[in-house]
Order: sequence, then C-alpha cells, then structure tokens
Amino acid sequence: MLAAILLGFLFAIFLVFTGKFFRGKLAILSALIPAGLFAYFASFIPQISSGEIISKTYQWVPAFGVDLSFKLDGLSLLFSLMITGIGFLVFAYTASYLRGHKYLDRFYGYLSLFMAAMLGLVLSDNLISLFVFWELTSISSFFLIGFNNTNPASRKSALTALGITGFGGFSLLAGALLLGSISGTYSISEMLSMKEAIAGSEYYILAVVFIFVAAFTKSAQFPFHFWLPGAMKAPTPVSTYLHSATMVKAGIYLLMRFTPVFGDQEFWNTTLIIVGGITMVYSAIHALFRTDLKGVLAYSTISALGILVFLIGLGTKAAFLAAAVFIIVHALYKATLFLVTGIIDHQTGIRDVTKLGGLRKIMMPVAIAGILAAISSAGIPPSVGFLGKELTYEASMHAETFTIIIVIAIVLTKILLLWAGFVAGIKPFVGKLPEAHKDVNPPGFLMWAPAIILAVLGILFGIFPMLIESALVKPVVSSLGADASDYHLALWHGFNTVLLLSAITIAVGIFLYFFLKPSAKLESRIGKLEFISPKSITEKGTHYFSVFSAFWTNVFQNGYLRNYVTTIVLFLVVLVGYVMFGNPTVLIDYRQLSEVTAYELAVVIILIAGVFYTVFTKSRLAAVAAMGVVGLAICLIFVFYSAPDLAMTQFSIDTLTVILFVLVLYRLPKYLTLSDYKMRVRDGILSAALGTVVCLLALQVLAEPTNTELGDFYAKNAYILAHGKNVVNVILVDFRGIDTFMEISVLAIAAIGVFGLLKLRLKSTDRSQ
Amino acid sequence: MSTLILRTASNYLLPVLLVFSIFILLRGHYLPGGGFVGGLIAAIAFVLHAFANGLDNTKGLLRFHPGFLMPVGLALAFFSGMAPVLVDQSFMTGLWFPQPFPVIGNVGSALFFDIGVYLVVIGVTLTIIFTISESA
Repeated sequence: MLAAILLGFLFAIFLVFTGKFFRGKLAILSALIPAGLFAYFASFIPQISSGEIISKTYQWVPAFGVDLSFKLDGLSLLFSLMITGIGFLVFAYTASYLRGHKYLDRFYGYLSLFMAAMLGLVLSDNLISLFVFWELTSISSFFLIGFNNTNPASRKSALTALGITGFGGFSLLAGALLLGSISGTYSISEMLSMKEAIAGSEYYILAVVFIFVAAFTKSAQFPFHFWLPGAMKAPTPVSTYLHSATMVKAGIYLLMRFTPVFGDQEFWNTTLIIVGGITMVYSAIHALFRTDLKGVLAYSTISALGILVFLIGLGTKAAFLAAAVFIIVHALYKATLFLVTGIIDHQTGIRDVTKLGGLRKIMMPVAIAGILAAISSAGIPPSVGFLGKELTYEASMHAETFTIIIVIAIVLTKILLLWAGFVAGIKPFVGKLPEAHKDVNPPGFLMWAPAIILAVLGILFGIFPMLIESALVKPVVSSLGADASDYHLALWHGFNTVLLLSAITIAVGIFLYFFLKPSAKLESRIGKLEFISPKSITEKGTHYFSVFSAFWTNVFQNGYLRNYVTTIVLFLVVLVGYVMFGNPTVLIDYRQLSEVTAYELAVVIILIAGVFYTVFTKSRLAAVAAMGVVGLAICLIFVFYSAPDLAMTQFSIDTLTVILFVLVLYRLPKYLTLSDYKMRVRDGILSAALGTVVCLLALQVLAEPTNTELGDFYAKNAYILAHGKNVVNVILVDFRGIDTFMEISVLAIAAIGVFGLLKLRLKSTDRSQ
Repeated sequence: MSTLILRTASNYLLPVLLVFSIFILLRGHYLPGGGFVGGLIAAIAFVLHAFANGLDNTKGLLRFHPGFLMPVGLALAFFSGMAPVLVDQSFMTGLWFPQPFPVIGNVGSALFFDIGVYLVVIGVTLTIIFTISESA
C-alpha cells in the first residue's frame, strides 16, 4: 500500500528528469498511473464490502509514536476510488486541454504529487502522518492554482488559498497534538476505543474546535469559503480535480473520520449543523449572482460541501447514508460540469454564461454530458442525484430540533442548486448560437469522453443503485460507526412527504430557471455588498497586518549592528538584573574560590590592558590587534583551568577573527569619528552593566550545588559506548551528534549567506524589475 | 604583506599545517583535538598562504571553490549517521570496526562524522574569508 501512495511522488520526481518527453504526444501515458491505482484499489472492494479492514504499518519515528500506518476501510476506499478514478479522467482530459503547453510536464508533476498526497491523507491512520499529507495537498494546490504564474490574479488567489488552508493545517496540527496528549496515541484506530475518555476530557471542546477549523478551511465552509472561488483561476482540470471532487472534500473526510471519536456530542452536532446550514444557503444564494460559469460552479460546490457538513452534523444513520451517497453524486455531476465548462472555455474562449448559447449544434456529446449532469444535480429521477436528494430530505425531516427551519433551508438550497446546475449544464447548449461562435471547432475525443463517462455513471448508478450500495455506500456508513445493513437504496419509495418535497424542489427550481436569468446587473448588485463579505474583511485584516509588520520591522530590524547589540544587551541586563534584584541572595562562598596565582594575575592584567587599549586607541588596526590579545588571554585562562579543547578552538577562532577584521578594515578610510562623547558614555555604562550582571550571575551559579549526573554519565560511558577517551569530542560527534550536524548546517547556511550577499549582486538592470 | 620570507615560509608551512590539522582531527578521539579545530587550522593554513602569495595563487592551488567542501562534508556527516540505518539500527548509532587500524586507531562512523565536520569548517571559513577579501 505504501508503494501505491508513493507511486505519485515517484512519478513527480521522475518527471523532473524526463519531463521533455512527456510534454508532447506521450503526455497521455501519465494517465496510466491513476488508472493502475484505480484498478488496485478497486480490487479491494469485495474484501471491504464484506466488512474487512486492511491495515499496514511502517515505522517512521517510533520514539514519538509517529508511524506511517495506513488503513483501508469503507470511507478511505470511497475516497481512494474517487481520487484515482476522477484522477484518471482528469489526467486524460488534461492531455488534450493543455496540449502543447510549455509546462505540461510540470503540470502533471503537480497533479501526481497532489494525487499521492491526497491518497496518503485518506489512508493514513496516524494523525501526524495525516497532517503531513494534508499539508502536501495544500502545497500542491498552491502550485496548481498559481500555474499561470504570469497572471498576478492567479498568484494572488494561490496565496490566499495557501494562507487559508495553511492556517487550517496549523490548526490540524494543534488538534492532533492535543488529541495525542489526551489519548496518549496518534493512531486514529486506537482513539476510536477511547471515545468516552476523549469526550470526558476538559480539552474536548478545544480539540474539536481545532479539528473544525482545519476541516472548515479545507472544505471552504463559511466564513473561510472565499478562497475557493478565487482558486478557480487554476486551469479547469485543477478546478475539477482538486476544487470540486477531491481536495475540498478532505475536510469532509476529516469530519467523517472523527465522527466515531467526537460524534454524538451536542457541541459537535450543533456546530456542524449551524456552519453547514449557513454555508449551504449562503453560497447557494451567491451562485445566483454569478455570470462566470466557473463562479456559479464554485459557489454551488461550496453549497454542496455545506450540505455534507450539515448531514454529518445531523449524525443519524440516515444522514450518514445520505452523506455517503451525496459524496458520490456530487463528485460525478460536479466534475462533469467542470469538465464541460472547461471544454466550452477551451473552444470558445468565453465562460460568461450570458454570452453563450446553442452550442449543442457544435458539440453534441458535450451537450449530452452537460444535460445529464444537470439532471443529476437537480435530483430528477432516474439519476443518482435523485437518490441523494431523497436521502437528504429523509434525514433532515428526522432532525431532532428546529425541524421546520432545517427542512426549509435544505429545500431552498436544493432549489438554488438545481438552478445552478441547469445554468452550467444546459443553458450554454440551448437557444440560438451566437454569430461569433458559428465556426467554433468541436472538441477532441479525449476532452468529451471523460465528461460523458462521469455523466453516464451518474444516471447508471441511479437506475441500478445496487452497483454502489453494498460496494461503496454501506461500508462508508459502517466506518462512521453506524450499521446500515437493513437499508436499501431504491429510486421508488412510494408516495410520501419526501417525494412531495422533491416534486416541489424540481418544479420551483425549473420555474426559477426560466424566470431568473443570470445577468451582469445581478452580479453588480451583489458587488455592492462585497465590503462586508468575509473576503474583504480578511483582506483588510491582512493589509493592516502587513502595514503593522512593516512598521515593526523598520523599528527593530534597522540594519545597524550597533543598534541590535545595544537592544540585546539592554534587554539582557534589564531582565536578568530584574530577576537578581528581586532575589538578592548572592552568596559568595570564598572558601570555594581557589587561590589566585601569580601567572593568573599576570594574564588578567594583560587582558584588562588589552580591553582598555581596544577602547581608547586611535587606530583601527591597533584596536583589532588588541582584541586579539584579549582573545589569547582568555585562551590562556582556559588552559589554566584544564580545558585544552576549548583553548585550541578559541585560539584558532581568534586568529581567524583578527584576519577577518583586518581584511575588512584594511580597505576602510582612516579613522573617522562616528560616535560622539555621549554615545560612548552610554555604551560604556551599558557594557559595564552587562559585565556586572554576568559576573554576579556566575558567582550565583557557583554558589548553587552542582548537579554532576550528566557529566558523570558522559565521563563513564565515553569509552564504553563510544570508544573514545576525549569526552568533549565524544559528546560532539557521538552523544550529541545531531546537534553538531545542525550546527555545521547552520555554518554552511551562514557561509552561503555571506557569499550570496557579497557576490550575487543584481545588475542595475535587473534591480529595477 | 607579501615579504619574501613569509612567501617562502608559507610554501613550506602550508603542507605542514595541513598534515598537522589532520593529526589534530584524528587524535580528537582520545586527546584534545577534533574535526572542528582541525578544520580551523587547515583554514588558517590556506589563509596564511593567501596572505603571502595572493588570493589568486591560493585559489589556483585549490583548483575548486572551497564552498564545494560544505556539501561534501555535510553529506559525509549525514551518511555516517545513516550507515547504522542500513544495518537496522537507529540513526547515528555508533558503528565500529572491531580491530584498530595502524596509525589511525579505532575507526567508526563517528570518525567519518568528524571528517565531515572538518570539511564543512574548512569550506565555511574559506568561503567567508575569500568572499570578503575579494569584495572588500
């Protein structure tokens, strides 16, 4: 299973080296990867539907309980099949959609990176590895939204999406750590058995809030929804794949995955119902005011995600069943509509629905796909959408509280979604063909075939619901912790209230479609309310935040080394001085101090003389040399107190420092007076204060009883464990080798920094850009 | 600064100091010394040579940019830590040859780690000093 997840990553790396072969006709071969993975996951269907759960664990960081453990149950199987199945169609579609694009190979690289990350996300059984894959999906989404990186709007949208989903990722990590500390494990399967303990914990609410923020940002719930319409700047295959079928459902997946852990609690259910409810109605209304086809689809996607959140919030068996079916329904029809929109955009260059019409005369197969998808989206029998809608109504009617409001909200949403589906799937194909589009070329087979396949599946699953019933839907419900074995999906449930509601929805929706046409006037009307939308508020917030941070940076990062040093020293003196002043117990135990020998005294005198000479000399070079004297005097002190390692290193460092100073100072003009008398006095006082504080601190440390446990351990084990007699070196290269490794990495980074700053100066022509 | 005496001396001092730096590197396991200070001494050797003979001559002697020593050293240190992973032990477990080698003494993964540190330190020091002296 690890290989299946890594395949996408490996392919992405492979493309880096062999990209130029995949830019041309061979591009279509990339689709073999998701196709193979789809077949692989499909082969698990019989096992999973018989109730088995397949798990595999690979150790990663066992010391922290972080493993690469994967679990394939009903829920992850459904998502895996969606990811690979729709992935296959999107990969194939892209070969035609972006044919001849300069960076086609790069696009495929990002897509397969995303696919692998998404598979990892839905298969992970360890919260930390889930988090890692979660972040990888955000990052690949960032690259895909910003794929047209010459367009500033694309870049801005990519950044917004990364900002919002990154914030969610941060929240997920916080939630994961909190859950880990409550339950003592990061394994989601193990958490399932600790439901009561987790619900009883005082941190339950906090953990749930963190998980909510993660899920709501990823799945574009109100008020975090606005990144999704922006993400429509991405090429259409991306919108289809990431921003309607898979990635945005990661939040839904997370909520479903945690339903057995967190569910059946009032806070959990109520919040989800409210947030999901607001999102579904709010964005369904928003969809009315769009003229861009992708805008309509974006808002209807958000609305559909709202419905899913709402259904998870209802938390009944019927609601879970409805959610499972609706995930399939939505993936099928929404992906089709996006593909159809992409084809229209690709062939005509227009996505404005008010300017489109009559395209059936040119692209009949596309029109069929669009209309079938619109039917499924509207929930007209015999589509699978009808099944989904019936189940949703059924579940909402059995809501425990506010049943009337809930039913009205869901019916309203469904009516508006029907309108959106019709506008996107039917309107461009009916009516009169505008003059300008008379000689539009029909799209290629590779483009319309994926759309047709998805659209037909949407109808097929409706007529034969047993195709998905025990294979996909029921295992999902059982992995949510409910038993659905007594339920049967069917188109016909007899005359009842639900059927009546369905009839009302369809009738009103179609009526609305004929009387409310999308228009630029409507769009401008909603534009007036833009200033109170979450998007504008967030943007203003970010704006002021960056203004503030620019101000803050200018104050503190002013680029003068002397100011930095002054700030640091002042801070240290005040803080340490305050602590010592509040706790004035400097006990100097004179008996512990050893006697001062003549040569020690001599060295100290040399040292002090060196310091004074450094401060008062008129020549820069002499000051540097005097500093060298100070350094060497300190070396000698190290030698006296038996730290030869330290002395050797200090000696070499001092030599090099002097050389470095000389190199820089050599070229500077003769001694200039850069500071006045007052500044020098101030600096002198500050230095003296630091010296006093450090001295007092050292004396206080000496007065404390020393703990030699650690030193003893190293001294005892240096030879036994590490075959070395020089304890200092053994600590450096063996016991604390990772620290040393980090330090040499930092050194290397510093050297690269110096090199970069001094060598890679931009030419004046480059700088102006 | 390029007096005849210094120039002549530095030609002989360079190999001697380099051998000395390797000596310091190798003795580090039993006696004061080690990769860090060894690397500094080697760097001083080159800097001294550069002082006496000019930067270009030293660079000609090196044949490659000292910056390349950084990734080489980092990689060596990293792989010395990874070696135990290959024999199914956790990262950076010390591995040792059972018998000491003549002259060098005990050889283990820690020695290679130290050599990595040695190379990185030379690379870093020389890169910084060469860059600054070129652009100052």
